[in-house]
Amino acid sequence: MSLTKEQVCVVIGASHAGVNLAFALRKEGWVGAIILYDIDTEFPYHRPPLSKAYLTSEDSTSQSLLFPKENYKDDNITLKLGVAVKSINRNKKLVNLSDNTVQKYDKLVIATGARPFIPPIKGIDTAKNLFPMRTAADAVNIRNAFNTSQQKRVVVIGGGYIGLETAASLKKLGANVTVLEREERILARVTAPVMSKFFTQLHKSKGVDILTGKNVVSIENNGAYNTVVCNDNSTYQADLIVVGVGIKVNTELAKEAGLTIENGIKVDKTARTNDAHIYAIGDCTYHYNPHYKTNVRLESVQNAVDQAKTAAKAICGEAHTVYNTIPWFWSDQFDVKLQMVGLSNGYNQIVIRKEETQNSFSAWYFKDDKLLAVDAVNYPKAYMLGTKFIKSGQKINKSKLEDITIPFKPNNFI
Amino acid sequence: MAKITFITSDNETIVAEGTTGNVMELAVKNKVKGIDGDCGGVCSCATCHVHVNEAFWGAVGAPSELESDMLEFDDNVSDYSRLACQLQVNEVPDGLILKVAK
Repeated sequence: MSLTKEQVCVVIGASHAGVNLAFALRKEGWVGAIILYDIDTEFPYHRPPLSKAYLTSEDSTSQSLLFPKENYKDDNITLKLGVAVKSINRNKKLVNLSDNTVQKYDKLVIATGARPFIPPIKGIDTAKNLFPMRTAADAVNIRNAFNTSQQKRVVVIGGGYIGLETAASLKKLGANVTVLEREERILARVTAPVMSKFFTQLHKSKGVDILTGKNVVSIENNGAYNTVVCNDNSTYQADLIVVGVGIKVNTELAKEAGLTIENGIKVDKTARTNDAHIYAIGDCTYHYNPHYKTNVRLESVQNAVDQAKTAAKAICGEAHTVYNTIPWFWSDQFDVKLQMVGLSNGYNQIVIRKEETQNSFSAWYFKDDKLLAVDAVNYPKAYMLGTKFIKSGQKINKSKLEDITIPFKPNNFI
Repeated sequence: MAKITFITSDNETIVAEGTTGNVMELAVKNKVKGIDGDCGGVCSCATCHVHVNEAFWGAVGAPSELESDMLEFDDNVSDYSRLACQLQVNEVPDGLILKVAK
């Protein structure tokens, strides 16, 4: 398709995926209009710091912006914040908006992401100071509730990354933090037992109570504070409750428009949906990963940014670009930097390399001889080298890898 | 106010001026190709790798242990490699020249 000034690209969602798509489109030569809609009224910001540096920083007012405001002006990217897209009309190629206007599109990009899952716990709707952690507003709410609380008793429901990062940040600020995890170990859905054990010990050493096998059944608002009740009849008093038990993918708009949904919005290798004029990117997509030869839905910044770049190229007519990346993630908790690369699903062996430095180690996930993923704790070298090995498919000598008398150099592990 | 010159791998030269923030942010703002800063500047992703012009190396200084660990196995690493997110605009020498590694 030839690119003209009359064309309009509408983007639903102005976070990591949508915003990066917009700037990438300009870079790839899109000369028409680019209009982004988001119900969030905040200028597009980095989400990862919300549960980390933002909570603990002294400067509580400013978010870390994805791009400076001037750049939107320079690139003629229109941001419509606080405006929701109500529905997509594929026949007429337009979107219906919450301000009762419509906007036509030539290309539509769905970057709707996900929203926190709020479990149907009795009393959750009437709990005092109960918040998820996903948006800037959530972070502000948590911060304000924490600051005004006298006793600063925090209960975190859910021991995933979001819950643990928030727990670590609030602990740093002096809270009494209890994490209630339903499974038998924290991070059960996302990582191996060895990592769960490490993070349990880390949090306990810093004074966070990590309690597993705790299914919250009700929350009672007593006026001044809440009482959180678990299935084993244990109770916990909380001035502030943070809920981090996972997400729901925002697929409703796409589904109502008749797009294919399969564990997310199904897209092809160029991030295109089953409608030739509609693309989907980021957390909301279910897509094929060529390296792992499997379909995945990923909740990560890397996926949002890289899929945005692929979609931008495809929209501008570069049909041969396919989405092919090795996923990576990170988490900061207390003084621990965790960097993860690859997808460990299907591993049958973990090789641990424990460095001499305290609290530094890496977990290498293999399926037979194939390296699938690496989790590096306070050891960026393992993350970087792991990335290289996964990309190249290099066969690794596992016994050398776990032998710390052998220096950490690529050629030593081959 | 620091004036920083970025040279991309396509040999495009971009001169940027800034007063605050880190050098990765300045590069992103000025659309310097090859500098993405995907992690937002927390030294987690190595998508802002630059080579410091030798004449400025003394003034810029060596990376921290964490940063040098990130760089050691990155592609195209040199003795003058740094991650731009770890350089503060108000701390680097005026006139600094950086070559983008990617």
